[in-house]
Amino acid sequence: MISMNKVSKQYGSFHVLTDCTTQVQKGEVIVVCGPSGSGKSTLIKCVNGLEPFQSGEIIVNGVSVGDPRTNLSKLRSTVGMVFQNFELFPHMSIIDNLGIAQTKVLGRSQEQAREKGFKLLDRVGLREQAEKYPGQLSGGQQQRVAIARALAMDPICMLFDEPTSALDPEMVNEVLDVMTELAQEGMTMMCVTHEMGFAKRVASRVIFMDQGRIVEDDSKEAFFEHARSERAQQFLAKILHH
Amino acid sequence: MAYNWNWGVFLQPTATGGDETYLGWMFYGFKMTIALSLSAWLIALAVGAVVGVLRTVPNKWLSGFATAYVEVFRNIPLLVQLFLWYFVIPELLPEKVGNAFKQTNPILQQFLASMVCLALFTSARVAEQVRSGINSLPPGQKNAGLAMGFTLPQTYRYVMLPMAVRLIVPPLTSEFLNIFKNSAVCSTIGLLELAAQGRQLVDYTAQPYESFIAVTIAYLLINVVVMFGMRWVEGHVRVPGYIGGK
Repeated sequence: MISMNKVSKQYGSFHVLTDCTTQVQKGEVIVVCGPSGSGKSTLIKCVNGLEPFQSGEIIVNGVSVGDPRTNLSKLRSTVGMVFQNFELFPHMSIIDNLGIAQTKVLGRSQEQAREKGFKLLDRVGLREQAEKYPGQLSGGQQQRVAIARALAMDPICMLFDEPTSALDPEMVNEVLDVMTELAQEGMTMMCVTHEMGFAKRVASRVIFMDQGRIVEDDSKEAFFEHARSERAQQFLAKILHH
Repeated sequence: MAYNWNWGVFLQPTATGGDETYLGWMFYGFKMTIALSLSAWLIALAVGAVVGVLRTVPNKWLSGFATAYVEVFRNIPLLVQLFLWYFVIPELLPEKVGNAFKQTNPILQQFLASMVCLALFTSARVAEQVRSGINSLPPGQKNAGLAMGFTLPQTYRYVMLPMAVRLIVPPLTSEFLNIFKNSAVCSTIGLLELAAQGRQLVDYTAQPYESFIAVTIAYLLINVVVMFGMRWVEGHVRVPGYIGGK
């Protein structure tokens, strides 16, 4: 589904990503973790072309992301993305947030879009909030709406960029629950997250990054029980033992 | 003070004959100021929006052009720009066009030159507001739009501009008020707008106090209406749950 081959990116002489290579099969849930500044977010933003990269190749569903002839908008409409700060459109009601891209990008009718929107709001438990505005919802609710908004496009895979990092602790679980459910239904997912509980529950594989390199890329069992690199061991010790 | 107040002066027939009164002159100037400022404002909004957006696009030729535009129109005094548009530009136009311009009704010539001058001067300022509005949006909004599959123009149209425009309503109000005040400069090329009529009234009646008090009140009246209008707009586009919203 997603294949990365020796992806590198630099700002001037600073290497943000160096030779990142990995594959994501259909239905896999990949958790990407690592210390801040290690390039995790940049890596998944490269997948849908929000971040350009200088060398290497990323193929999503048979389409090369880096190829200048690729219709990036079309590619992006098939890849759902959820951001750290939700990024709902504040001037639109919740149901319009879910509908706008369906009508303007996929060409669905207003009614189809609303119907789909209501169905997805039901699924994330927010049907009653449909006519409210993003600013009137809690962070956890906004993030669930953001997930529903991405799903409204019927994506072939989903990218999550630290979806719970900006949330109050008590709201983290409502978002993780939605993500877990999604994973169990077989959605292909790449999640940058520090929620190791989530990784242990649903991840197929864990990618650990440090200084722009993929240091570990292994099954979750192997990663949590005997991470090979010292850097990953330190990381795990810090985030698991408190 | 030995000044003879005479508010009745406005109802007197003008010294130039005919059945017009001085109040009629004032009213003519009032209408001219409004017509000039409103037409210039509409152009300024349209041009300013486009230039402001161009300043933020990731294409260095387009954003470079927009930057140059803003700097040119913002950094030349309004009065100098007006003289350029009225005296210089018609000479630089292709002869046919220039002559056609010079043969039209002189009032129309003054009006057109004033309108273009005010519009472009103000458009540079509007462009700066639009740019700052766009730049003050959270950077993730653009990515969110693109990630949904919107093209860059669609992202501007559906995601960034609707919020940016809401954010800049208050500073745009100042620009809207400014254009009415700046229109007084156009009296220097002979356009008989409100300020010019005020001065003309002094020349004909020797009643400067009444005349300029009337002019002052007329400008205040216009700006009070603009202010309330813009406040209404501001309330109307308010986003629930957002800064300043309910």
